[in-house]
Amino acid sequence: MTRTLTHLERLEAESIHIMREVAAEAEKPVMLYSVGKDSAVMLHLARKAFYPSPPPFPLLHVDTTWKFKAMYELRNRMAEESSMELLVYQNPEAKERGINPFDHGPLHTDMWKTEGLKQALNLYGFDVAFGGARRDEEKSRAKERIFSFRTASHGWDPKNQRPELWNLYNAKKAKGESIRVFPISNWTELDIWQYIQLNRIPIVPLYFAEPRPTVERDGLLLMVDDERFPLRPGEEPVMRSIRFRTLGCYPLTGAVESEASTLSEVIQEMLLTTTSERQGRIIDKDGGAASMEKKKQEGYF
Amino acid sequence: MSDIADPIYQTDALIAQDIDAYLDQHQHKSLLRFITCGSVDDGKSTLIGRLLYDSKMIFEDQLAALEADSKRVGTQGQEIDFALLVDGLAAEREQGITIDVAYRFFTTEKRKFIVADTPGHEQYTRNMVTGASTADLAVILIDARKGVLTQTRRHSYLAKLVGIRHIVLAVNKMDLVGYDRAVFDKIVEDYAAFAKEIGIEQFVPMPISGFKGDNITTLSANTPWYQGPTLVEYLETVEVDNSTAQARPFRMPVQWVNRPNLDFRGFSGLIASGTVKPGEEVRVLPSGKTSKVTRIVALDGDLDEAVAGQSVTLCFADEIDCSRGDVIAAADSPPPAADQFESTVVWMSDEALIPGRAYWLKIGTQTVSATVQPPKYVVNVNTMEHLAAKTLELNAIGVAELTTDKAIVFEPYADNRTLGGFILIDKITNSTVAAGMLNFSLRRAQNVHWQAVDVSREAHAAQKGQQPAVLWFTGLSGSGKSTIANIVEKKLFALGRHSFLLDGDNVRHGLNKDLGFTEADRIENIRRVGEVTKLMADAGLIVITAFISPFRAERDMVRAMLPAGEFIEIFVDTPLAEAERRDVKGLYKKARAGELKNFTGIDSPYEPPEKPEIRIDTQALTPEQAADLIVERIVGVWSPDL
Repeated sequence: MTRTLTHLERLEAESIHIMREVAAEAEKPVMLYSVGKDSAVMLHLARKAFYPSPPPFPLLHVDTTWKFKAMYELRNRMAEESSMELLVYQNPEAKERGINPFDHGPLHTDMWKTEGLKQALNLYGFDVAFGGARRDEEKSRAKERIFSFRTASHGWDPKNQRPELWNLYNAKKAKGESIRVFPISNWTELDIWQYIQLNRIPIVPLYFAEPRPTVERDGLLLMVDDERFPLRPGEEPVMRSIRFRTLGCYPLTGAVESEASTLSEVIQEMLLTTTSERQGRIIDKDGGAASMEKKKQEGYF
Repeated sequence: MSDIADPIYQTDALIAQDIDAYLDQHQHKSLLRFITCGSVDDGKSTLIGRLLYDSKMIFEDQLAALEADSKRVGTQGQEIDFALLVDGLAAEREQGITIDVAYRFFTTEKRKFIVADTPGHEQYTRNMVTGASTADLAVILIDARKGVLTQTRRHSYLAKLVGIRHIVLAVNKMDLVGYDRAVFDKIVEDYAAFAKEIGIEQFVPMPISGFKGDNITTLSANTPWYQGPTLVEYLETVEVDNSTAQARPFRMPVQWVNRPNLDFRGFSGLIASGTVKPGEEVRVLPSGKTSKVTRIVALDGDLDEAVAGQSVTLCFADEIDCSRGDVIAAADSPPPAADQFESTVVWMSDEALIPGRAYWLKIGTQTVSATVQPPKYVVNVNTMEHLAAKTLELNAIGVAELTTDKAIVFEPYADNRTLGGFILIDKITNSTVAAGMLNFSLRRAQNVHWQAVDVSREAHAAQKGQQPAVLWFTGLSGSGKSTIANIVEKKLFALGRHSFLLDGDNVRHGLNKDLGFTEADRIENIRRVGEVTKLMADAGLIVITAFISPFRAERDMVRAMLPAGEFIEIFVDTPLAEAERRDVKGLYKKARAGELKNFTGIDSPYEPPEKPEIRIDTQALTPEQAADLIVERIVGVWSPDL
C-alpha cells in the first residue's frame, strides 16, 4: 500500500538530505544561527538529521549587539539544549567605531552583518555555511541555488551559478572559496509556522503578542527594548499589544499591532494578513527594487 | 483584490472561524513539483504571476510595488503586468526576459505546489533540464496565435528526456484568438502528431488565458466548448509519482555513517525507492554483504516503516562494512554495478566536452572519476535528427559511452532517477559541466578480465634492487626538460639504477605519430604515455618522462594510475619570456608568426603544477646542478646508505 508523504514530510526529508550531504563533503561546515523562526526550524532539522549524534558543526551567531534581549536568551538556551558549540562574532571595527542603527543607517547592516559575516567565516576558515533563507521571501532568492557558490571574496554571481539537478549537489571548491547552503530554500512562511507547531519548537516570545513599550517612527512601529533607544523630542514610549513577524536588530524591525498570543492565532493572523513578511524590515528597501540582490553580491546572506 | 472571488482559494472563512481545522487540513496536503515551459512571449511569467495572485500569495505591499512597476516598465499598458512579479533579477528586468531557473510556491485547498520557472531561450536548454529534473509534471505553453513552434518541440523533447510523465499542453492567449475552438483543435492535433513521434503517450490539452484568467481556476464562460478540467483542478488531482517509486525494490544510497559512540552505528540516507521495515534482509553494495535491519532511528522515536522519499537512519544486526557511496538494497533484488555505460549527456558548460579527459562523476552519493568517449551522435532538439559530432558543446545533448575508474552501483535512469542520473564536474574549475542519464551498462567491461601474472611488480622491483618511480618532467617548450632529464638518467645509470627515458618528441615519431596538437590529441598523447610509464614502473624501472604536459587534469590522471608515492612531478620552471628568448628549436618564432597552432604558452594554456614534488628554477640553477638536486632527492630518499 502506498503512503503519500505530506508536503511537510517531503520538505523535511529534503532539508535533512541537504544537511547530511554537507556533513559528508564539507571540510569545516558551520550553521549560521540568527535566532529567528527560520533558524529555529533549521536547527531542529539538523538535530533530526544527525540524531543520536549532535549535529557535527558549530552554530555561529553574527551578532550586531542590537538584537532583542529575548533573542540572546533563547540563543544561549538552544545551543545548550542541542549540545552544539556556539560561536558569537562581533565585528571589532564596528564595535570600536560604535556603529549603530540610529546614527549610521545602511552602514550598520553593512559593517555588523555583511562585513561581520565575512570576517567570521575567514577567521574560523569555514568552507560551508548553512543559512536559513527561503526562496519565497524575496525575488532574488527565488533564483538562488541550494548550494550557492561564493568566490574567495564571498561574492555571489547570479549569472554564473552552477546548475543544480535532481538532488545532486556539487560541493567541490578550490581553497579559499566557500559555499552557502540553504537547506530550507523550498519552505514557505506557512510551512515554517506549521512545522514549529507540529514539532513544538521553541521560538523567541516576541513572535507572540504582548503589551510592550513602543514608539511610532518613519511608518514603523518600533519596540523600545533597552535604554540605548534614543527618543526623539516629543517621543514617549506607549504600551501597545504587539508582536513581530520577523526579527532582526530591534531598532530596524517593525512590529505589528496584534492580539495573537498563541501559535494558532499567529498563523491565523499571518494567513489573513495582507502585507508580506519582509515588509517590516528596513534593509530590503535601501536602494530600491534590486536592493537585496545587490547586498547578496556583496556578500550578505 | 475584488476580482479573486474563486471558491478554490476561499479558505479565508475557515481560517477565520476555525484555524485549527484549517491547519489540520493543510498539514495533510501533498506536494506537487511542476515546471512551466514556453517560448519568450508565450505568457509563462504571466501565468505563474496569475497563479500566485489568485492563490493570494501576493501581499498588498508587493501588489503596490507591482502596480507601480507595471506602469513604469510593464508591457500591459495600464493593466497589471503579472510577469513583473516573477522576473526576479535586476539584469533580466532590464532585458525583459527570464534568464535562469526560479522557484515559486503556492497552495490551494488540496495541495502545495513548487513551480520551476525556466526560460524559453535556445541558449538555456540547461536551465530547463535543471528545472525539469525535480518536476513531476510539465506545463507546456503555446501561444494560440502561433501554434506549435520549434521551441514547443524542444521543450517537449526535454521534458520527455528527463522522464516527466505528466504533460499539460496549455494553449494560452485564447483571448487573442476570440476563444476560437477551431484554433485550439488544430494546435492539439498538430501537437499530438509530434508527441507521438517522440514517445509522449499522453498529454492533457487546455485552452487558457493567463492574462484574463480563463480556465485557470474556474471553467471559463468564453470557452463553453471545453469540458475538461481547469488548470488548477488538474494540478490538484494528478497522481504524484511516489506510488511508482514505493512499488520498486528498496534502495538507499548511504550519505553519512552515524557513529556517536562505540555502541551505536547507523547509516543515514534518503530512500530512493521501495520501503523498509525492521526485520527485513538488506544487501550492501558493491560488497554484497547482507544483514538485517534492526531499527529505523528517529529523534521522535523509532519508525515501524519508512518509504521512498524519506530521510532515515538504519541500524543493522551485524557489524558489516558500509560507508558513504554504498547502496543499501533489498537483499533479494540488488541493483547491478558496472564501469562502462551508454549514457545520454546534456552539456552545460561554455567549455566543450573533451573526450578522454577525466571528470568527476557524482551519482547518488558516489563520486568517481569518469571519461566520456566522443559522442555516437548528438540530437538536434529542434528536428530530433541524430547528427554526427566529435564533442559536446554548450546545450548539446548527445549519446556517448562513459567509463568510470571503478564500478558504480546503478540502475537505468528510466527505472530510478537517483541511481541513474549523474552530474559531471570539471576537476580544475569544479564547475558542474554536464548532467546525464545512464541508459544501460556495456558488457565489454565484464568480459575483458585482468590476466593475473605470477611474477609480481614487487618481484620485478626487488630483482633490480630498487623502488620503481616515474620522474615526470613538465614545463614549457624550451624550458630545459629534456636536457635535465638526460643528465638525470646518466647519473642514475652511473649509480647502477635501471631506468628508461621517454621523450616527448621521440614518442611522437612512433607510438603517437597519429596524434596532432589539438587539446583532445594532447590529452590522448599523455594518456598513452601514462599507460606506458605504468607498465614500465610495473617492470620495476625508474621511468623518466619529458613532456610539456600542459594540463593539470592529465598529469593528475597519470598520478592516479600509479601507486601512491611513485609519481614524482618535476616542474621545470622557466618563465615564458625566458623560454621564448632561448627558443632552442625556433618554435616560438614560428608560433608567433602564426605558422604553428595550439602552441603552449602562445595560443594554448599551460597550467603549472600546484604542488610539484620538485620545482626547478632554471634561472637559478644550471642543468647539471638541477640534475644533482633531483638525483640526490630520489636516491637519497630511497637508499640513505648510498
